[in-house]
Amino acid sequence: MSVQTTLDVNAIREQFPLLDQSINGHRLAYLDSTATAQKPLAVLDAMDRYYRTINANVHRGVYQISEAATEAYEGTRRTIGRFIGAKSTKEIIFTRNATEAINLVAQSWGRANLQAGDRILLTVSEHHSNLVPWQLLAAQIGVELDFIELDAQGRLDLGNLDQLLTKRTKLVAMTHMSNVLGTINPVEQVIAAAKQVGALVLLDGAQSVPHLPINVQALGCDFLAFSGHKMCGPTGIGVLWARRELLEAMPPFMGGGDMIKRVGLRESSWNDLPWKFEAGTPAIAEAIGLGAAIDFLNELGMQAIHERERQLTHYAWDKLSAIDGLTIFGPPAAERGGLLSFTLAGVHAHDVAAILDTQGIAVRAGHHCTHPLHDIFGVPATVRASFYLYTLEEEIDRLAEALVLARDTFQL
Amino acid sequence: MDDLYRENILDHYRHPRNYGEIEQATIVQHEHNPLCGDQLSIYLLVENERIVDVKFKGKGCAISQASASMLSEELAGKSVDEAKAFDKQTILDLLGIPIGPVRLKCALLSLKTLKAGLYGVNLVDDDEDSL
Repeated sequence: MSVQTTLDVNAIREQFPLLDQSINGHRLAYLDSTATAQKPLAVLDAMDRYYRTINANVHRGVYQISEAATEAYEGTRRTIGRFIGAKSTKEIIFTRNATEAINLVAQSWGRANLQAGDRILLTVSEHHSNLVPWQLLAAQIGVELDFIELDAQGRLDLGNLDQLLTKRTKLVAMTHMSNVLGTINPVEQVIAAAKQVGALVLLDGAQSVPHLPINVQALGCDFLAFSGHKMCGPTGIGVLWARRELLEAMPPFMGGGDMIKRVGLRESSWNDLPWKFEAGTPAIAEAIGLGAAIDFLNELGMQAIHERERQLTHYAWDKLSAIDGLTIFGPPAAERGGLLSFTLAGVHAHDVAAILDTQGIAVRAGHHCTHPLHDIFGVPATVRASFYLYTLEEEIDRLAEALVLARDTFQL
Repeated sequence: MDDLYRENILDHYRHPRNYGEIEQATIVQHEHNPLCGDQLSIYLLVENERIVDVKFKGKGCAISQASASMLSEELAGKSVDEAKAFDKQTILDLLGIPIGPVRLKCALLSLKTLKAGLYGVNLVDDDEDSL
């Protein structure tokens, strides 16, 4: 595996057929990778090859293509394990997405280990996927939720972390990188403090795993959840990583085929890890596609990808902050990953996005699944432009021009 | 720029007609569109089954607010039965621009609010679920 230090963006773009199209008479500028990333040929081909040549159910057949499918499916587990620094494939659980991975922890670990009065510490900037599962658990078993607030610039306010981490705090569940503010959170500091009170830490890696080099041992977290589709893989496949001893002690999340060892009419025993948590026929083609996506990212190097995004973010920050009436939310470019959320005075986010679309520019407008955060900002919606390894400076130039067009169209 | 932000839409957005509240309103209805955070309140003064005054207040995108402004002009002087007969097509005709499935919720928020006020329940299905 060769690790490059700089990316040849034009060569990379040739690997993404979707980018080569025009929208409304303009070349598509896809600036919504935080919502979902585009897929390289390697991923499309791997999934196509699976369906064309070895489509069969896994863990069942003793015939050749089933064995090949099983090997390809399980091979991805090894790829993922190495990618994030896991100790064993038994620690890699396939889920539908990061959301399902977090729900799995809430319902399996949470119900088995928490009781009324125990506390879970979250941040106010969580995606709904790392908020609502805990609200459900709170309603079910009476745990209490606490929140780390933000400072004026949108950084986590850790000034009162010692008070927030009580003796009853059993879990800290937080995003590694905000999907709205782009902030790369100082998770190491929070993890160290959580350990002092014996609380476990779940990281929502939906935004960090696609964009940063990640090693769960170095981070010291206990759970990590992420989605395949935000890292150039297909939709429908996500991952929960957890320390093996935690997973061993956790009850199953869902029941069905493949997750059992022996089934009786009234009771059953569970399969070994990781299959104990994978009931039913899994997303085989999607897992294989995710493996191809990780190979693709590894080839380029996560550090190089991160540095490229840093360049783009600084570039975009300078371009966009020069536009009158535009307000960027969150900390300075140096503290964030490749995304900027902003408002344009007097123009609703949906109108901004609709005007950008007329120029072939795809951005997200809305609350980005963070209602509470937008309530704190006091705005109903923001526009978010996000960057990935295939983003060009030229696309950011076009974004800036189109924003001026939007502002002038509304003449407010 | 395409048709979506045609001048009359922007004109209604910048200078909404019948903007405000009616203190003695017979019907007051608030609705919102959770998808984009558009908010709308409609105030109707009804006398002898006729809408004699209309006001609205709201926050949101140009499509949702222009739609409310245009609808308010259309409503003035109509009978309650005539207003009840307003439908999705009424709004689309008023706007006069092609509305995609995502922005339909924005466009129809005014109608949804009106109908909820007139009937006391939400009768407008703004989801494109036809097969």
